[in-house]
Amino acid sequence: MYYVISDFLKTLKHVSKGSKWYYGWLAFLTFFILLGLVAYIKQLNHGLIETAMRDQVSWGFYISNFTFLVGVAAAAVYLVVPAYVYNFRPIKEIVLFGELLAATAIMMCILFIVVDLGRPERVWHILPIVGAMNFPSSLLAWDVLVLNGYLFLNLFIAFYALFKLAHGKELNMQIIKPLIIISIPWAISIHTVTAFLYNGLSSRPFWNASILAPRFIASALCSGPALMLIIFQIVRKVSRIEIEDRAIFKIAELIAYAMGLNLFLFAAEFFKEFYSGSIHLAPMKYLYFGLHGHTGMVPWMWTALIFNITAFILFLLPKTREHYFSLNLACVLVISGVYIEKGMGLVVPGFIPGTLGEIYEYTPTMVERVITIGIWAAGALIYTLLLKFAMPVYTGDLRFTVRGEKALKTTD
Amino acid sequence: MSRESDRRSGRPCRSISRRDFLKGTAAGIAGAAFPFGSTIVSVWESFFQKHFREMSQDEIRDVIERLQREYSEKFDTRIDINARKAIPGTLFGYGLDLSRCIGCRRCVYACVRENNQSRDPQVHWITVLRFKKGEKWVNDLEGAEKYYYPEKVPEEGFFYMPVQCQQCENPPCVKACPTQATWKEPDGIVVIDYNWCIGCRYCMAACPYGARRFNWGRPRIPKEELNTETHYLGNRPRYVGVVEKCTFCIQRTRAGRYPACVEICPVGARKFGNLLDPNSEIRYCIENKRVFRLKEDLNTLPKFYYFFAT
Repeated sequence: MYYVISDFLKTLKHVSKGSKWYYGWLAFLTFFILLGLVAYIKQLNHGLIETAMRDQVSWGFYISNFTFLVGVAAAAVYLVVPAYVYNFRPIKEIVLFGELLAATAIMMCILFIVVDLGRPERVWHILPIVGAMNFPSSLLAWDVLVLNGYLFLNLFIAFYALFKLAHGKELNMQIIKPLIIISIPWAISIHTVTAFLYNGLSSRPFWNASILAPRFIASALCSGPALMLIIFQIVRKVSRIEIEDRAIFKIAELIAYAMGLNLFLFAAEFFKEFYSGSIHLAPMKYLYFGLHGHTGMVPWMWTALIFNITAFILFLLPKTREHYFSLNLACVLVISGVYIEKGMGLVVPGFIPGTLGEIYEYTPTMVERVITIGIWAAGALIYTLLLKFAMPVYTGDLRFTVRGEKALKTTD
Repeated sequence: MSRESDRRSGRPCRSISRRDFLKGTAAGIAGAAFPFGSTIVSVWESFFQKHFREMSQDEIRDVIERLQREYSEKFDTRIDINARKAIPGTLFGYGLDLSRCIGCRRCVYACVRENNQSRDPQVHWITVLRFKKGEKWVNDLEGAEKYYYPEKVPEEGFFYMPVQCQQCENPPCVKACPTQATWKEPDGIVVIDYNWCIGCRYCMAACPYGARRFNWGRPRIPKEELNTETHYLGNRPRYVGVVEKCTFCIQRTRAGRYPACVEICPVGARKFGNLLDPNSEIRYCIENKRVFRLKEDLNTLPKFYYFFAT
C-alpha cells in the first residue's frame, strides 16, 4: 500500500512540474475549460433553448463533435494492427500514444453526449440493471456498451503497459495479446455502431444509406492517424522518445489509401443521389448546392471536399508525403476536411429538409460553441497530462519503487 | 393563431452576457436537475423514481401523490393525476377527412389547452400543412407550407393536412429510445414517462412524422389556463429537457371521451374510435372510404388514416 501511495505522489509531482511553456499551455486550456463550464451552467439553467437546436433540427454541434471523435478513437486500431499483428517495429513503439489518444477521445465523446442531454442527472437510466437499458433494440444502448468497453480496453492496455514499464519489467504478452486482438474488431465496432445509430433510421433518407458505415470507417482512418502524426512530432520534440521517420511516413501512406477509399465512396454516393434524382436527393442538394435558397452548408462542404482531395494528393505522392511541411499541411487539411464532413456535414442534413419538409437552417449559438471549445480543451488537458506521465515512463526517466529494491531516482 | 406566436417556437437565442452567465449559478444546477419540490426528501424521491412500468400499484400511488404535491407548490392549484389503464378490447384509431379540413388550426390550439403544452416557448403537437391543389401529392412534403397566414381559410386552390403522432403499430421511436422511456400501451397509444426520459432526442430523429416535441426551454403555462384533469402518461405538466407528443388525449379517451381535436373540429373532419369494434365510425371510414396512411413505404403501420370523403 505504501508503494502505491508513494508512486502516486511521485507521478503527481512529476506531472505538476514542467517548463514555462508547459504551465502556459495548462493555464491556456484551463481558461477555456472554465469558460465552457460557465456556458454549460447557463445551459443547465435555461435548458437546451440556449442552443440553436429546435424540433426541426434536434441534434447539432454537440453530436457532430461526438461523431467526429468516435472516428478519432476508432483510428487507434490503425496503429495497433501493423504494430502487433505484423510486428512492424517502428510503429509498435508508438502504439501506446495512440491508445491513450483513443481513450481521451472516448472521454470527450461521453462529455459531448452528456452536454447534449436534456436531463443529464437521469443519465443512469441508460445503464443496464440499475436503469432500463433498451438493449438490444436501441442502437444508442449498443453505443453505450461499445464505447465504454473500448474506453476500458484502451485504458487497461495502456496503463498495464505503463505500469510494467514503470517497474522496469517486461510486458506479459499472454495477458496483453488477447486484449489487443479484441481491441481491433472493437475499434471497428465503435464506429460501425455509431454509423448504424444514424443508418437505422428510415425516417432520415440521408442517413438511411448502406454506404454510411463504410464511409465512416474510411474517413475515420484518415482523420485519426493524421492527428496522431502531428502528436508524434510534438512528442519527438518535447521528449527523448525517438520516433522514426519511417514510421511516420508509413502512417502517412496508409492515410492516402484510406482517403482514396473515402473519396471513392463519396463519389459513389454522389452519383447515386444525383443521377437517380429522387426526392431523397434533397439533403445532398442542400449540402452541395443549397435548397430553396438555403445555402448555409454549401461553402463548408466544398471546402471539405477540396481539403480532402488536396490532402489525398499530398499523402499519395512520396515526395510531398516525406517532406514535413507538406506532410503537416496535409494532416491539417485532412483533420479539418473530415471534421466538417463527418461532423456537421453528416448530422445536419439528416434533418434538412425535416420529415415534414421544413427547412430550418442551423448555426450553433455562442453557448454551444463555448461549451464545445471547453470540451476540446478538457480533452487536450487530459491528453497532455497522460503524455506527461507516459513519456518519461516510456523513456525510463520515471520509475516506480520496485519491492525490495531501492527507489530509482526520478530525473527530468 | 397569429404569425407572431407561431414564429416564437423557432426563435433564435439571445447572445450571452457575462452577468447572465454567473447569475444564480449554484441554484441553477439544482433547479435544472429538480424543477419542482423544495424538500430534500422530494428531491431524493424524484431522483430515484423507478421506471413507470416497473412500479407496483402502491408505488404508482405514492409517486402520483408526490407529483401532486410538487405541482401544487409550483402552480398553487390542485392537479388530479390518474394512471387509468387501457380498457381491454380497445385499439384506438384515428381518421382524418382531408376534403373537409379547412386549415383553421382550431385543433392545434384546442390540443395546447387540453394537454397543458408550454405557452412560452410555444409547443404544438399538431402541425397543419398546406398543399397546393393540382401539384405534388402529400408524400412530397417539401412542397408543403407550414407557415401560412391568410386572412381567411380555406383558401382557393389549396388543401390542408394536419399531422400529429400517428400512433404507429410499429413505432420507430420506441425502438430507438435507449431507456425504454417511451412505449406502446395495450390500446395502441405510444406514451412517454416524463420522469424517465433523459432528453437524448434519439426518438425525434427516428420519427418520420415530425410528431415529437422537445421542451427546449422551461415550459410555462399561466395558472388559470391549466387543465387540472390529467393522466400520468398524458397531459400532466412537463419538465424542461424531456420529449412529449400527442397521446390521442389519453386522459379523455380512456374515460370514454373524444380527443380534444376531434371535439373542436368545426367541420367534422376528424374521426376517432376503437379499431376492434366493427361498428365504430373509424371502422366504417376504413372500410368504405379509400384511406391511406402517411409514408406507408416505411412500414410503421400508423393507426392514423387519411382520406378524401368527397
